[in-house]
Amino acid sequence: MKTYTLTINGKRTTIEAEPDTPMLWVIRDYAGLKGTKFGCGMGLCGACTIHLDGQPVRSCQTPVSTVKATSKITTIEGISANIDHVVQKAWIQEQVPQCGYCQSGQIMSAVALLKSNPNPTDDDIDAYMAGNICRCGTYNRIRKAIHSAAATLKTEAGTVKKSPKQASR
Amino acid sequence: MSAPKNTTVNRRDFLRYAGLSGTAFVLGISSANATDMSDTVQTLRSAAPDPGYTFTPYIIIEKSGKITLFNSKPEIGQGTFQSIPVLIAEELELSPDQYTVRQTGGESKFGDAQFSGGSFSVRSSYNDMRKAGAAAKEMLITAASQQWGVPASECYAENAKVVHKPSGKSLSYGDLAEAASKLDVPKSPVLKDPKDFKLIGKSIKRQDVPLKVSGKAVFGIDADVPGMVYASVEHCPVFGARLKSYDKTATMNIAGVEQVLEVERVFGVYKSTGVAVIARNYWAALKGRKALKTDWDYQGKDTFSSQAYAQSLRELAAKEGVVDASTGDFDKAFGEAGKQVEAFYETPFVAHSPMEAMNCTAHWKADNKLEIWTSTQVPSDILRDIPALFGLKADDVTLHTAFSGGGFGRRLAIDFIIEAVHLTKAVKKPVKLIWTREDDTQLGPFRPATFSALKGGVSADGKLTAFQHKVIAPTIMSFLNPNNDKTKLDQTMTEGISHQAYEIPNMKNLFVYADIHVPMFWWRSVTSSTLAFSHECFLDELAHAAGKDPMEFRLDMLTKDSDTKRVLQKLKEVSNWDTPLPKGKGRGVAQWDFFAGLGGQVIEVSRRSDNSVKIDKVYAVIDLGTVVNPDTVKAQVEGAVVMGITAAIKNGITFAGGKTEQTNFHDNPVLRINEMPTIEVHILAEGGKAIKGVGEPGLPPVAPALANAIFAATGIRLRKMPFDIDNLKA
Repeated sequence: MKTYTLTINGKRTTIEAEPDTPMLWVIRDYAGLKGTKFGCGMGLCGACTIHLDGQPVRSCQTPVSTVKATSKITTIEGISANIDHVVQKAWIQEQVPQCGYCQSGQIMSAVALLKSNPNPTDDDIDAYMAGNICRCGTYNRIRKAIHSAAATLKTEAGTVKKSPKQASR
Repeated sequence: MSAPKNTTVNRRDFLRYAGLSGTAFVLGISSANATDMSDTVQTLRSAAPDPGYTFTPYIIIEKSGKITLFNSKPEIGQGTFQSIPVLIAEELELSPDQYTVRQTGGESKFGDAQFSGGSFSVRSSYNDMRKAGAAAKEMLITAASQQWGVPASECYAENAKVVHKPSGKSLSYGDLAEAASKLDVPKSPVLKDPKDFKLIGKSIKRQDVPLKVSGKAVFGIDADVPGMVYASVEHCPVFGARLKSYDKTATMNIAGVEQVLEVERVFGVYKSTGVAVIARNYWAALKGRKALKTDWDYQGKDTFSSQAYAQSLRELAAKEGVVDASTGDFDKAFGEAGKQVEAFYETPFVAHSPMEAMNCTAHWKADNKLEIWTSTQVPSDILRDIPALFGLKADDVTLHTAFSGGGFGRRLAIDFIIEAVHLTKAVKKPVKLIWTREDDTQLGPFRPATFSALKGGVSADGKLTAFQHKVIAPTIMSFLNPNNDKTKLDQTMTEGISHQAYEIPNMKNLFVYADIHVPMFWWRSVTSSTLAFSHECFLDELAHAAGKDPMEFRLDMLTKDSDTKRVLQKLKEVSNWDTPLPKGKGRGVAQWDFFAGLGGQVIEVSRRSDNSVKIDKVYAVIDLGTVVNPDTVKAQVEGAVVMGITAAIKNGITFAGGKTEQTNFHDNPVLRINEMPTIEVHILAEGGKAIKGVGEPGLPPVAPALANAIFAATGIRLRKMPFDIDNLKA
C-alpha cells in the first residue's frame, strides 16, 4: 500500500492504495464519487471517462501511480455544481439518457470535444465520440445535444447563432 | 394467418415466475386492462409515517405539502420513472415539479407485479395508477368540502390544491392530508376524460434525466454500505463443468484479499459452483481471482461448439415437429402451387450486454435480517424467491431497487443476487459482488439461436396460397422449468409466427425442440427478435417469386382493416415507398405483431461497393393505441432499432471448446455512434381499446427490413444472422 495525494474536482484527497489500482476504483471507492462508471475494464466502452489535466482518459486504464499529485482530475461531479454545464443542459433539453449508465462518460467526452473543437461537424462528433458505447442507443440524441451545446456556446461567445437543426443531420 | 391471438403475455410471465422458483403456482398479475381497483386502492393509514399520510400505497402526502409517488416498474432506461407516476399525477392534478418519485422494493403492499418486462409496464398500470390518483383526489376534495361545510360538487382539484369554485378559497393537499387520509377510499373513482389530460400524452421531461447527467443517479453498483467487502467469482467458462479443487495460496498473498470460498450460481435448473474472492477493495478481488488456481471437471462438455450445434439444428429440420397452428390444408395447397419456394434461415445466440454488468450488494445481519441493494427488473421475484431459498420470511428482507444500467431482459434473472446473498451469509459482512464484463459476456444467459425452415406456395396470379414456418430451436423454458415437457409445443419459441394479420388461406407452422446445456433467457423482444427475421425475409422472397412489390404483396394479404395494415400504410406514406430510389440504393420493409406490441420499419441502404452497404435511414412506425409520453416512446424505438442493428450485423455469441468465444466489447461489439443511421419514428396512437407495449416492438422488424433492403440494393439474399454489411456474401 502506498499513500497518494490527488486533486479531484479541486479537492485535495489523500488515499492509500496499491500502485496498480485503476483510478476508476480510486475515484469510486476511495474518493466516494460514484458518477464515474465501470463498463468494461479494458478501455473499450468509455463509461469511466474522466479528465486528467483537461484531457479525457479512461480511468479504468489509468493506474493511480501514474497520476501526479499536481494533476487536476475532473469527474462528472466536477463539471458543475448545479447541473448547469452547457453540455448537461443540452443533454436535458434533448432528453438524451435512457438507462443513463454510460452518460457520465459520454458527457465527459463531449465536454472535452467542445473544448478542443467548439463547432464540431457530425463527422467530428462521430470520430471523437466513437469510443463511448451506449447500449440503449442514444447516439442520435447525443449528436443533437452536442450540436445544441455548441450553438449555445457560440451564442454565449457573442457570435452568430447556428441553429442545431441546421447542424445536425 | 388468422389464428386467434393467445394470451402470450400472461402465459410467458407465469412461466417465467414459475420457472425461476422451480415450482408451479398461479400468479396474480394485474391484467393490462384491469377494471377492479380494490387491491390497489386500499388504505394503509395505520402504516403511514407521521407526518406523511398514505392514500394508497402509491401516494404519500406530508403536512409540509411534500408529495411522494411510488413507481413499481423498475427504471431500466425505458422511462417508467416518469411514465408510471405521471398516471397518478394526472388524476391527482399535480404538475411534474410537485412530486418526487420513489422506486418500490418488492413490498407486498405494492402487489406482486413489481417488475419491468414484456413491454408491460404502462399498459398494465394505465388504469390502476390513474384510479389511485383519482381516488386520492376525491378524498382530498371531500375533506376540503367537509372543512368548509360546502358541497363537494362545488370543489375541484388543481395544482396540488382543492379550490372552492364559488368563493375561490383553497386549501393545499398538505393541509388536507390528515383529514383526507381518514376517509374511506372510493372504490370507483371517476377518471378524467382523456381530452382534459394535462400530462398524459405530452412529452414531459423525465425526472431521472438530471440525475443521470450529473452522476447523481444511484445504480446498483453504487451501493455503499459501511463495512462492505467486495467479491469477484471465478466460474468455469465451460458450461456444465464441475469444480474439482482450487488452490488459493497465491490469492491469499494479494494485499487486501480476505477470504476465498465456493459459491453456487443458480439460474433455473442450471447450477454452477464458482470460487469467490472476497477482498477489501474490488481491484484486490480481481487480482486475487487472477491468482487462483482452479481445477475443473468438464464433464465432457468441453467439446461443445456452435458450429457443431448449428449442424445438429440443420439435421433436426428433417423432423416433422409439433404443430404451432394450422389453417386450411397447407400440404395440398403447397403441392398444387404454381411456384414453390423453400428457404432455410439461421440466427445466433446473443448476450444482453447492458452497460452496467451484473452486481448486487447484500448484507446478512446478525439478527438474520437481509438487506439487498441491486439493479433489477424484478423486485417482486426477489422478495418471493430469496426468502424461500434462504429460509427467511418476506418481512426479513429489505430490497433497495436502484436504477438499472440497462436490463434488456438480463435483469429479469436473479442468479447474481442469489450469489451475493450466499456470500454475505457466509462471510457475515455486507458484500458487493460485481461481475466483470467478461463474466457478463461469457456466462450467459443468452438469447437462444433459432433456425427456421420455410415453405411458400405462390399461385399463377401471384397470390400466397400456402405458407409454412418451422422453427428449430432450443428452449428457454427447458432452463426455467424442471418439469418442462420437450415433446410439447413451446410457444415462447414460435412467438408471433402464427399470429400475423396476413390473410393466408393455408398455413401450417411447426416447432422442433433442440436440446442444449447453455443457459438461455429472455432478451429484448425474445424470440420475435429472430423469428421476424426469417419470417419477414421469406415473405420478401415470396413477393419476388410472385413478381410483386414487397409492400404491395403484404398489403394484398391485408384486405380487412387491422392494426398491421395501418402500420404498413403509414410506413408506405412516410418512407415515400412509391418514389423510386436512385441506382445503388435499396429499401426494405418488415413488420411484426407479437406479445409486446406492433411495429414496422422501412430501411434504406446504399451500396458502397459490390459487397458492402451503408445503412442510411430507418423509418419506424409503432402502433400503441394510447401514448403516455411520446418522446419516451420515440427514445425506446430509437434504442430498439440500434439494438436490432447490432444484433443483425455484429458478432453475436459463439461457442468453442465448451466456452463462449467472446469476452468483452472488442469481440462482442455493439453499434457505435459513427455507425448510426438517421432514425425517424412515427407513433400511431389513435385510441382503441388496447394499449400496446413500447420497449420491444421496435426491435423485431430491424433485421428483416435491413436484409430486405440489402437484397433490393444488391441482389444478395441474406438468410443468416448476423451478416457483415462491409463484406456481404450471398
